[in-house]
Amino acid sequence: MARVAGKGVPLIRIGSGAGFAGDRLEPAVVLAERGDIRYLGLECLAERTIALAQLRRLKDPEEGYDPMLLRRMELLLPMIKRRGVRVVSNMGAANPVAAAEAVLGVARRHGIALKVAAVTGDDVLQMLRPEDPILETGGRVGDYRWLVSANAYLGADALLPAIASGADVILSGRVADPSLFLAPVVHELGWDLADVGRMAAGTVMGHLLECAGQVTGGYFADPGVKDVPDFAHLGFPWAEIGADGRFVLGKPERTGGRIDLMTVREQLLYEVTDPRAYVTPDVVADFTTVRIAQAAPDRVAVSGASGRARPATLKVSIGYHAGYVGEGEIGYAGPNALARARLAGETLRERLAGEFRELRIDLIGCDSLHGKAYRMAAEPYEVRLRVAGRATLREKAELIGEEVEALWTNGPGGGGGARKYVREQVGVVSTLVERERVRPALTIRETRGEKALV
Amino acid sequence: MKKRLYELAHCRAGDKGNTSLLSLIALRDEDYALLRNAVTAARVKAHLAHVVRGEVVRHEVPNLCALQFVCEGALGGGVTTSLALDAHGKSLSYALLEMEIEVD
Repeated sequence: MARVAGKGVPLIRIGSGAGFAGDRLEPAVVLAERGDIRYLGLECLAERTIALAQLRRLKDPEEGYDPMLLRRMELLLPMIKRRGVRVVSNMGAANPVAAAEAVLGVARRHGIALKVAAVTGDDVLQMLRPEDPILETGGRVGDYRWLVSANAYLGADALLPAIASGADVILSGRVADPSLFLAPVVHELGWDLADVGRMAAGTVMGHLLECAGQVTGGYFADPGVKDVPDFAHLGFPWAEIGADGRFVLGKPERTGGRIDLMTVREQLLYEVTDPRAYVTPDVVADFTTVRIAQAAPDRVAVSGASGRARPATLKVSIGYHAGYVGEGEIGYAGPNALARARLAGETLRERLAGEFRELRIDLIGCDSLHGKAYRMAAEPYEVRLRVAGRATLREKAELIGEEVEALWTNGPGGGGGARKYVREQVGVVSTLVERERVRPALTIRETRGEKALV
Repeated sequence: MKKRLYELAHCRAGDKGNTSLLSLIALRDEDYALLRNAVTAARVKAHLAHVVRGEVVRHEVPNLCALQFVCEGALGGGVTTSLALDAHGKSLSYALLEMEIEVD
């Protein structure tokens, strides 16, 4: 399926079908069906997702992969087999081998012949030493009593054997997001991992793709200022990249959204701490030399990426149990709503002061997102009080919601719509590990596609 | 004359741990110089003082007509342990766009 452009230079087209664990399902199917892609990347691991997955694995050894994996695969497997698309994803989360087995189960039910590769080796929990430094706090690993997970960010090199195996679906745990997209390109175009210019180019491509709809108008639309056509049917992006590392971003025809200089500029800088040094396991990329140009409607050409050699260490994301968060909400509307909500907040602060050192009180509709209102606005017609606090024990965290709910009969007049929540909180911090200590491994699982007798 | 940044720029917020990354991009390329002169790291730190507890570092990205603000200590202790409703600080882009600057 490789197209040939100009003097026999192959172009590889790779799509991005998910930008986070909970992303929409349909756009990936559209990409596979009529995006003319060879690879479909699905990036589904945020900072703490893998720690939460590890908690599920501790309860059930067959668990610990992405909760939406099977729903996505039910929809995608028939399509990717028909279109010859290969899937690369970190949906293996804390248990890539179990994820591979589960995907085979879907394939058997559909009578689809399928080869699945699981990439492991990112789990470095047993390697951590108490004296290892925590990057964010200046403290040590030993400061955290209840570690849940520790996963090194693997690079494109770790995925290459899986891609070379010919597997239809490649499932990893923690892999740097852009590496999911860079690896297939390295494989197809035969790039040298030491070629920093090409690694930087492929990393820029991966970075622009990794959040899927965020480069086609998602997390962007602002009516009258940044309008996005047919927003409800937002299409997800693909990139078509050539041997020299230049690429074009696009999206399937007859999908909503837009790809232009505005969306690409926003996404290129998204979550970037230093535009001159975007560090991945593959390269240290410089985004300040990147050139972008509108090549056609909804087509943006990207070139000029540069970089320096990859770091000697890999970043490790450490998940630790951080107790429980209790939350409660209740709403007030009509005359003096704001004052009644404030009275409710102050009252709760007094009632809960003995139990919670830190209590967060927000007035939704006034100050909950920015901490204050930047412009004087008329008093809101309705306002919602939100209270949150942290506790070591679940039972104590529940007190917050209980006190909020009790405002029904013990609070200001007209409080309604009380809700209460408690969630387990997993915190994430980082350390570094020497690259040589991390050993990626590959497991292959296959089915010939006989229908299972159920 | 004062203008709100909302009239001159667009902005996207990203997060890394307890750090908020705010990308301020000129709506018209020719306004990049104006933004570069007026929207300093110190002014952003003052504007977001009640949210950003740490330092603000500014990177100039002229090839994208953009300024990248790295705001430390902005996410209530970090995305994963914050008690804030918007733990990622995804809405902070529009807080920055509320800033007013002097234009000729």
